[in-house]
Amino acid sequence: QAAWCELPSRVLLVLTSQRGVQMYDSDGSTMVFWHALDVPEHPAAHSVFARGISAAGGRFICVGTSFGAVLVFDIPPKGTNVTLSEVLEQHRDPVTDIAAEQGQAPDGAGDLVTADDSGTLCLWSTGEEFTLLGKIPGSGCTCSSVALWNGIVAAGYGNGQIRLWEAGSGRIRAQVSAHARWIYALDLAPLTGKLLSGAEDSFVHVWKLSRNPDTDDVEIQHCHAECVTDTQVCGARFCDPAGDTFAVTGYDLSEILCY
Amino acid sequence: RVDEWTDVDRKRVMNDIITTMFNKKFMEELFKPQDLYSKKALRTVYDRLAHASIMRLNQASMDKLYDLMTMAFKYQVLLCPRPRDILLVTFNHLDAIKDFISDAPGILNQVDETFRRLIETYNCLSDGEFQLIRQTLLIFFQDMHIRVSIFLKDKVQNSNGRFVLPISGPVPWGTEVPGLIRIFNHKGVEVKRAEFTTAGNYVTPQREGSFELYGDRVLKLGTNMYSVTRPVETHMSGSSKNLASQAKENIAPNPLAKEELNFLARLLGGLDIQKPTGGETGFRLNLFTTDEEEEHAAQTRPEELSYKVINIEATQEPGRRAELSRILGELEVAEPRPDSAEKGEDLLALMDGL
Repeated sequence: QAAWCELPSRVLLVLTSQRGVQMYDSDGSTMVFWHALDVPEHPAAHSVFARGISAAGGRFICVGTSFGAVLVFDIPPKGTNVTLSEVLEQHRDPVTDIAAEQGQAPDGAGDLVTADDSGTLCLWSTGEEFTLLGKIPGSGCTCSSVALWNGIVAAGYGNGQIRLWEAGSGRIRAQVSAHARWIYALDLAPLTGKLLSGAEDSFVHVWKLSRNPDTDDVEIQHCHAECVTDTQVCGARFCDPAGDTFAVTGYDLSEILCY
Repeated sequence: RVDEWTDVDRKRVMNDIITTMFNKKFMEELFKPQDLYSKKALRTVYDRLAHASIMRLNQASMDKLYDLMTMAFKYQVLLCPRPRDILLVTFNHLDAIKDFISDAPGILNQVDETFRRLIETYNCLSDGEFQLIRQTLLIFFQDMHIRVSIFLKDKVQNSNGRFVLPISGPVPWGTEVPGLIRIFNHKGVEVKRAEFTTAGNYVTPQREGSFELYGDRVLKLGTNMYSVTRPVETHMSGSSKNLASQAKENIAPNPLAKEELNFLARLLGGLDIQKPTGGETGFRLNLFTTDEEEEHAAQTRPEELSYKVINIEATQEPGRRAELSRILGELEVAEPRPDSAEKGEDLLALMDGL
């Protein structure tokens, strides 16, 4: 996986693989840091890899692992003195995705969400020491991608569903039969609350998240559907914070499609 | 020449290949947790299996057969509705194989053993683990776009070599038909429903396929493509221009690949392409319509699509040979050991020192 991690002082490009984690300068010229995963002596029945990347708390970069542990790296404003600040061990299944709050978190809602293969979601408050605020148990279906906005967790699942959860209470607020296949990507445009979902069914959908000011209910509306013919969509990202444009990638596709 | 084959020959080849493929030691090795084989390693194992009996294929026909197998398997993995369905595809393969050797209880037993082992090892894996397996396989097949006549005809493949992904039909088991939005209030009570439409035309599936030793798999992927006789054709031209980088990878020799091949060679008991005795040419399978066509295909095959097969040096291990002979003996059921004077050589013929 590859992800840009935007921190107040710098932007780092973070890569994860079966070997571990690599962090590069924003122009890709220098490798700032390298963390190797502990590989068991004898070939294990389980694959070893790092997966799930996010900047967090304006100071950290969090990376998930196949062991279920989330590595928290403390990033200095300049230079290569990156240190492993904490290892969060709440997931029992391989981590799939991590997302930081992109809007304003309501009180007690936490500013980081981590997801795993069993569909379990963990909500955290970041800082010198991370605190687990809540856990949403999975129902056996892999949560492949997550986003967090104004205290709403948007989660995409392997069975094509999108679910919206209240970060503070851990309660479900919306359920969408969004795709006919495994959802690979979710992205959120923080200025407007637009949500992008891409899946193996060849479809990319644009949704709009909002909160009803009277009832405090979470709303999700379908805005647009795009079919990328004969392509299993693997990546989908907004190209701007308002969500006016987005880019799509797919299996066996050597092109990036922009909409 | 295919028309000189008798039914006895066909049966012999089928039995020999299946027996070799389901050899106990080979299966034991396959079930050990390990990385995916390299492309060269896989191709070499495939060559050996194809030559496990009295059948011979020239380079061009062998290439064509491998292309066909590769694209068919890619298609099956890609189109699996759920990641766990790759197991159902495998079960479909095994069901068809069991049908080919339904009258040979010894081999049938070996296949059933493997079947049970698959169930034991894989039935309990999670969706996430299956998706990881599937993704690993798809990376292996990435950028391969060889056109297969039977797929083009059935409209499952486009003329550019890419597979058609239908946006209609039953959704995978465990998935809902897309379209419904449900909103819940802070107490968890559903307060609103809304619908959205797309170009897709999906329906609810009737039932789930069976993961037991016997059962209706429901899924058609992995069933015999040739249950109706069809011509076998693949097209080389117009292949992806990305193959240039792939060709570079193939040319550099990989020492690790050679090691794993030596290992596999020991397991397969030294399948050697030995020349049959008595000046006989053996039985050759030609996948083209004429010999001239086959020769022409060999000469005009694009460089970037040639499979560079490694020659195996197998070590001599008398202990291992004896063990394999014993296993072979156990596999035989009420049939006298065919002697080498017959067309072709013994199954698991012992490799001569190189």
